[in-house]
Amino acid sequence: MSATAPVLDVRDLRVWYGSARGAVRAVDGVSLQIRAGEVLGLVGESGCGKSTLGRGVMGLLPDGSAVDGQVLFQDTDLLKVSDRQLRRMRGPDIALIFQEPMTRLNPLMRIEDHFSETITAHEPKLSKAEVRRRSLEALGGMGIPPTRFRNYPHEFSGGMRQRIMIALALVLRPRLVIADEPTTALDVLVEAQILSILADLKRNFDTALLLITHNLGIVAEACDRVAVMYAGRIAEEGDARTVFSQPAHPYTRELLRSVISLNTTGLHYIPGAPPSLIDPPAACKFHPRCPDAMRVCALLAPVEQRLSAGQRVECWLHGPGDRIPEGGREPLEQEQIAVAEEA
Amino acid sequence: MADAGVLLEVEDLQVHFPLRGSFGARLVGKDVGAVQAVDGVSFSVARGEVLGIVGESGSGKTTLGRALLRLVDPTGGSIRLEGEDVLGLREREVRAMRRKVQMVFQDPHASLNPAMTIETAVGHPLRIHGITRDRADIRSRVSAVLERVGLSPPDQYLGKYPSDLSGGQKQRAVLARAVILSPSLLVADEPVSMLDMSVRAKILELMLGLKNDLDLTYVYITHDLATAKFFCDRVAIMYLGRIVEIGATDEIFANPRHPYTQSLLRAIPDPDPSRSIPRDLPRGEVPDAAEPPLGCRFHPRCPKAFAPCGWEARDLHDMLEQRWAVGGQELFEAERLQLGDLVGLDQPGSRATVPSATGTGADVATLLDHIREDDSRERIWYGIESITPRPGGAVIEFHRGHDPVLRPEGGAEVACHLYNPELADPPEQAPPA
Amino acid sequence: MASQLIARAGRAFGPVREARGVPRWIVWAGIVLTMLFVVMALTAPWISPYAFDQYQDASGQRFVKQQAPSSAHWFGTNVQSTDVMSRVIWGARTELKVVLFAVVVSLLVGLPLGLLSGYFGGPVDRVLVLIMDALFAFPYLLLAIVIAFLLSDKFGSGVATAAFAISAVYIPQYFRVVRNHVVSLREESYVEAARALGARPRTVIGRYVFQNVVQSVPVIATLNAADAILTLAALGFLGYGIQPTDAAEWGYDSSRALSDAGAGIWWTGLFPGMAIVLLVTGLTLLGEGLNDVLNPVLRRRKMEPVTLPPRAPQEDQG
Repeated sequence: MSATAPVLDVRDLRVWYGSARGAVRAVDGVSLQIRAGEVLGLVGESGCGKSTLGRGVMGLLPDGSAVDGQVLFQDTDLLKVSDRQLRRMRGPDIALIFQEPMTRLNPLMRIEDHFSETITAHEPKLSKAEVRRRSLEALGGMGIPPTRFRNYPHEFSGGMRQRIMIALALVLRPRLVIADEPTTALDVLVEAQILSILADLKRNFDTALLLITHNLGIVAEACDRVAVMYAGRIAEEGDARTVFSQPAHPYTRELLRSVISLNTTGLHYIPGAPPSLIDPPAACKFHPRCPDAMRVCALLAPVEQRLSAGQRVECWLHGPGDRIPEGGREPLEQEQIAVAEEA
Repeated sequence: MADAGVLLEVEDLQVHFPLRGSFGARLVGKDVGAVQAVDGVSFSVARGEVLGIVGESGSGKTTLGRALLRLVDPTGGSIRLEGEDVLGLREREVRAMRRKVQMVFQDPHASLNPAMTIETAVGHPLRIHGITRDRADIRSRVSAVLERVGLSPPDQYLGKYPSDLSGGQKQRAVLARAVILSPSLLVADEPVSMLDMSVRAKILELMLGLKNDLDLTYVYITHDLATAKFFCDRVAIMYLGRIVEIGATDEIFANPRHPYTQSLLRAIPDPDPSRSIPRDLPRGEVPDAAEPPLGCRFHPRCPKAFAPCGWEARDLHDMLEQRWAVGGQELFEAERLQLGDLVGLDQPGSRATVPSATGTGADVATLLDHIREDDSRERIWYGIESITPRPGGAVIEFHRGHDPVLRPEGGAEVACHLYNPELADPPEQAPPA
Repeated sequence: MASQLIARAGRAFGPVREARGVPRWIVWAGIVLTMLFVVMALTAPWISPYAFDQYQDASGQRFVKQQAPSSAHWFGTNVQSTDVMSRVIWGARTELKVVLFAVVVSLLVGLPLGLLSGYFGGPVDRVLVLIMDALFAFPYLLLAIVIAFLLSDKFGSGVATAAFAISAVYIPQYFRVVRNHVVSLREESYVEAARALGARPRTVIGRYVFQNVVQSVPVIATLNAADAILTLAALGFLGYGIQPTDAAEWGYDSSRALSDAGAGIWWTGLFPGMAIVLLVTGLTLLGEGLNDVLNPVLRRRKMEPVTLPPRAPQEDQG
């Protein structure tokens, strides 16, 4: 590790936005850090706020949303800088990779022009030959042949377009890359190719990567650390291997058990549905679905705890004991959850 | 007559979609080719069995599923359902046949009419097939089936619109609509892939329960090997319109034989951190089904391809491009300058001319020899028979390719020359010098 | 059934009631303006001081022509001695009758043709699209004049002729909108699902396609109605519309007022002109407002502002 100071330091971020039925608490007090050369996986089911968090970090939120907390990128609070400055930072400092590559490439521009536009916007003095050299290098790294440099986006397959998008994001050597479900639309074999490219990325460029996904397999495959999000908060965060082998939060554990993998022998699922972000359950937001719920879980919001294994977890099972009221450890009598009450 | 245990028999099924050429091409009646979505697929499904059709996008699995219901019209082959020839049916008979074969679609949000209540939607098959028009009767039957799929109490759901339901609930309603007529075959096209992880298992469990209660037979179409392994009795692996391997699930997953199946299995990201994806996976993507590769359709990406797999000019072009992509700008510019226009390599053919920029074929032959020395493990060199310098360029002759056919191999059937004793000279033979 | 219909109607108009902000004002302004004319049209025989073609009072005394507004004739009289106010009120009836008739006819023709053409595709679709595009490309006023001219032999120059002439202009519009919508709906899973259930094409079109296409009709119909008023007025203005003896028509009255304007007689032109402007504005506002309110894409974009509550101390959060 080159630096110990985190590249990105999110402190107690909240992002709420309005809807006809009330405020949606998409991100409700989230803290996380990513260091150079580190891949942090952000996992959660749909509607847990993970994409909003990614967008919040980039300042790409819909009008009317309310944000507070801090998003520190190398000591600059991204929530405080002007739109213009933020735009200048996108590219050389922070890059984004989206799920749908086709919607981000201009169909009327050759691949070459996409690259020269991106590069010269931030480094206008570069010579043409140098721009070309850098673009070809970035494309070559993604396995796109130089003979296709002057093609248009529609002449490429989906996987190639996604690789072009990644090359475009990396050509300026950003310090931080945020990838929002970058492989969801792709086939398994192509997905594996992209994942190995992303793994090379941190090795070669010391880039910090925030990988947002719903696929736990991808996190296990590509990430150093993982943050599990539930109803707008981080339930558990820590070293990916530790979290996956010894999950501390019941939600992580149950979610891992629900995944159908090649080793699955029996079906398992979490009863109930992820809660509405408009009117989430009181105290611990997972308590109505939690098999280990205690009385305290329905009374008080859990406090963040650091475990000896290194995880950070918000769950009363891990204490602190002195804040659990008398009788709080008694199992909670759950209301019956109907079979069909699901997402 | 089919034997009593067989519900569905598909033989040499072919679905080609003609490409629409330009106005001029249509005017002169020029044939612009066809997308070979499904190209010679045969299998059978026994009563009470779950057959998985597994493939990536572009494998033709969805088209195959739709062809089983005649939602698309096959261009060849045969489908027999309970011994009856499905392709010979007339329009009216096809509609009646659909009482026996139902389908569940991938996107639960899109497969219910947004303007219909759940009661109307789920009960609609009863009206369509004229089983009953009595409101009270429809309501009681709909209630019963909603109860069966876990939407209970049914009264709470009858009057709702699809937009009021969650994804899992919608898929339950879709299943209810599919089983209300007690069909014998249910074609399920990725029924859980759009659902959240914690819900998938619930829907699969429901489908297994329905199968047992209602004596259903499933054709389960998916790209997800993990759910297929759990859910299916037998699986067929499809690639570019053809079945490359078919057999009992246990056998396929324990001993995958086709290199494509092997790659797929190794490529799945697994939440178990002790497993990791190997790096020697097939590169590239599924090619265009309008002009599939010659011979075995997987050969351009296959890590084990050898001489008889159908090597051709396009593979040579791909190999050169791949080399230039990773080799860096200097290599690319140095080598590209020695070669003429490579457009001629884009046509399928087992003989190709690589034009020279200088006009001397010997230069090209030397360059190709040099490239071979650089990476002789590149599979294409197994397929090149000779490189002959000619004036203007080098002529490349490829080995004669063969179409692999499904042949039994240790409890499964696999379409791969590696398992054909007549062709499989030791595949690890060194590429000819 | 009735309760179901009411429920469905309630569902359709729910968004209008729930609408907020600018779209809400637009819709309601449109509704008020349009209703004003509808009421005027319905109650014309009672609220109008005279008949639209009346040029003398009950005692047989002829009205003074081109008389300035007075207590007897609030909007004055025109060159033919008829009462301007009565003609404006009766005119509302004519306009709405013609427009309603025209919208219904063009819907009855355009909607089914669009449904069939879009659903089945093929050569019939191509021919229909060609014909409709040709009609659409034709200058609309010229088209209306030609049809009106052809029909006037059979039906005379009355309401029916004008309505048919205007229908011909709008049929291609409905056809195009409906056909394109159907083409995109045809690819929807639920339409294919309906086929997979074994439904006949008739059922698929009626229950799955039509039900969803029909939701876009109120918006186009309202906007087209506004446009149709202008076309009718233009026909009348050019003298190809409804004859003054058949019915009162604002366009015709405006054209007759042309020569008055130079002589300082403003009332003969101002009132029918204002009626045209107000009714067209009302219908346009209604249409645009409905579009804003009913169109889900536009609606979803709209965000309510939120303010974050101050952070609660850890203990009693949530």
